[in-house]
Amino acid sequence: MDFEDTPEEAAFRKQVREWLAANAPRRGEGVGGDELAERTDKAFLAAAKAWQARKAEAGYARITWPKEVGGFGGTPIQQVIFSQEEGKIKSLDGLGGPFAIGLGMCIPTVMTYCAKEVLARYVKPALHGQEIWCQLFSEPAGGSDVAGLRTRAERKGDEWLINGQKIWTTGAQISDFGILLTRTDPNVPKHKGLTMFIVDMHDPAVDVRPIKQASGASGFNEVFFTDLKVKDSMRVGDVGDGWRVALTTLMHERLAVGGGQGGGLDVPQLLQLARDLELEDGPALRNAAVREKIADWYVRSAGLKYTTYRTMTALSRGQQPGPEASIAKIVVAAKLQDLTAYATELEGELGSLKGEDAPLGGMFQLGWLSAPGLRIAGGTDEILRNIIAERVLGLPQDVRVDKDVPFNKLPSGR
Amino acid sequence: MTNGDVAFASSRRAWARQRATGGVVAILPQWRTCRNCPIALPARLSIVAGKQHGMEGMNFDFSDDQKLLREQARRFLTERCPPKAVRAVLEGDASHDRALWSAIAEMGWLGTSVPEEYGGLGLGYLELCVIAEELGRVLAPVPFASSVYLFAEGLLRAGSSAQKAKLLPKIADGSLIGCFARSEGAGPLTVKSVRTTFKGGRLNGIKRAVSDGLAADHALVLARASEDSGERALCLALVDLTAQGVRRQAEQSIDPSRKHAQITFDNAPAEAVGQIGEGWGITQAVLDRAAILTAFEQVGGADTCLAMAKAYAMERYAFGRPIASYQAIKHKLADMYVNNELARSNAYYGAWALATDAPELTLAAAAARVSATQAFDYAAKENIQTHGGVGFTWEFDCHLYYKRARELALNLGAQRSWKDRLVTALEQSNAA
Repeated sequence: MDFEDTPEEAAFRKQVREWLAANAPRRGEGVGGDELAERTDKAFLAAAKAWQARKAEAGYARITWPKEVGGFGGTPIQQVIFSQEEGKIKSLDGLGGPFAIGLGMCIPTVMTYCAKEVLARYVKPALHGQEIWCQLFSEPAGGSDVAGLRTRAERKGDEWLINGQKIWTTGAQISDFGILLTRTDPNVPKHKGLTMFIVDMHDPAVDVRPIKQASGASGFNEVFFTDLKVKDSMRVGDVGDGWRVALTTLMHERLAVGGGQGGGLDVPQLLQLARDLELEDGPALRNAAVREKIADWYVRSAGLKYTTYRTMTALSRGQQPGPEASIAKIVVAAKLQDLTAYATELEGELGSLKGEDAPLGGMFQLGWLSAPGLRIAGGTDEILRNIIAERVLGLPQDVRVDKDVPFNKLPSGR
Repeated sequence: MTNGDVAFASSRRAWARQRATGGVVAILPQWRTCRNCPIALPARLSIVAGKQHGMEGMNFDFSDDQKLLREQARRFLTERCPPKAVRAVLEGDASHDRALWSAIAEMGWLGTSVPEEYGGLGLGYLELCVIAEELGRVLAPVPFASSVYLFAEGLLRAGSSAQKAKLLPKIADGSLIGCFARSEGAGPLTVKSVRTTFKGGRLNGIKRAVSDGLAADHALVLARASEDSGERALCLALVDLTAQGVRRQAEQSIDPSRKHAQITFDNAPAEAVGQIGEGWGITQAVLDRAAILTAFEQVGGADTCLAMAKAYAMERYAFGRPIASYQAIKHKLADMYVNNELARSNAYYGAWALATDAPELTLAAAAARVSATQAFDYAAKENIQTHGGVGFTWEFDCHLYYKRARELALNLGAQRSWKDRLVTALEQSNAA
């Protein structure tokens, strides 16, 4: 669907197209990968960093950031236009991945809470792709219940001594810095004793171990901290105010994660498969059951797309986006899982193959293998439904037995 | 003042009366002066030329003026169409709520999209979408859809100048009600399923499950007019339902707040609307447009179900706390919300396609239809479930929505037909 632009928007789109044509790596030259493949190898990272740097030099790295911090000073619509045009270029697929968390979540949080000198040090290298950031929140004992985390930070003069473990940290193995949420006071209820820090991921006291996922890829990691020393100047927000700071990050996270479209696997790919595949009674695309499935997923995709347009409309009118923005990830993740499973069904016994051996390069198999992760990362389906129920619909919170109990008096189970 | 304003200012319509109060009407001239540019469109993502209208950027929402209309419609219908009014039709023999119908006619809503030359307001489809959503929200028991989305639309698309001049002003002022008779037997409407004949100016055959067939004065009838094969044999016929040779009989309906009729034509006098051979095409075009407007009714109904379920869950206590605090209920309501938002967004896109007569209209209509049907069905049944036993009683209003949801899901054709139509449109748009 190519919606018409205003003259200003059309001019901007033209400018972006021309710039992309002149600057994007050609097919084969770039090493853009499938978003779902979660590549972290050197060649991919080099290409990603080079592309990020090129965008930053032209001001396109963050369209809506002010010019003073290296952005374009543009509107949300211009960001959409740029992303649309960038998304059309196959060789750029997935290249923005390594920077999504840093620029989408970490740096906005740092910008909200840190001193000028700190910003002067960190914002530009992140924007130019020289430094990658990760977000260190989840722990073995606190996934959905993030505030139940146990990583301990103790004040030692002008420094903090940090011990503990994080898990499910996307991109930790390629990151230079991270924002780390710690417990600084276990004697108060859990939300009140948290504090956030910027940490150097190259410090020898930080040990990163990639986790092999069910899909075979290793997008996320375990991270261990053993007597890590962090200067107080690296604190993000006030001592004990870490939960509020983390909410800023999480708000950005849901926008960022929900923005994905499941690795570009959607109805057009299913149509492509159905067009070429023969079932018992002829082409799959002529089969009524197949057509009903396609229509079911199409209305969810289209509904989401136009919901995004409504959100963008609110943004462009200078309003806060409405709660409709919160539905994206629930819809995308479930659709990815169901649609890819169905595609493998159509492929019959060959559906059990993967990679180059499978039909269409195994794209549906890759999507199916990755889908469980998408339903969990960035807020599980269940947590997101709670959020919609409580924050959008205004239903009461579940009974919280841990609410007014000091953290160190809470039962911990396994 | 333009001519339109003069006509408007002197009109009997309630919108005009509100002008003095600074209500909706004050913005009408602006609608009019902007008729030839997209200011009022929710549309084309973007598309509004910023400087001219003092806005810029994406514009995928209704305008402030249209939102005012929505508020006004909501206030009016909340007052005039409480559940009691729906029940009166559901439990009685009346074909519709006549008092409400007159009041709606007074408001000018029936002529929203009827051109001024035929006695309407000539505003456009976006305003009609806004009104449709509000009618759906309260299950208004009036033949609005049959008369406006179907009958008037059919005449507008295919009627002769004389037919339009004769009937549309009466549709617009509510003095004449129209309907559209299509199905004859169980199963989807297909070319083959049309057996009613229209020959020598006479209709013969039996139409079934005609929505608002009892309330209507005139009908459009899909009929077979020649021996040609396929859709070339079909024609739309216009018939006066009060004429000789027409017999009407109430049919029992799952939703008696919208009455259905069997209509028997026995040499009934009729005239063609459009050319012979065009009947099927016109029908499809009218159904596409009606599907989008109906999707707004469905979205309105689904929203009410969510609001009812929420209100009940908040005040109903079990095991010492409101049931709204249990995740089983919260997640159900969250799913309703997700479905409703998707349906609303698809309906918005449909509204854009309708207002601009976009080439994507068929795809947009099918998507809006399927999405809204799924949302309303889900919300209606899970609203009953959230209420528990009382939700299944006649006394509570949940069943009114459950019934209307299914009625709207079947009227205009079932999901499976629309899904097929959707994929066909997708194939065509991909091939193009």
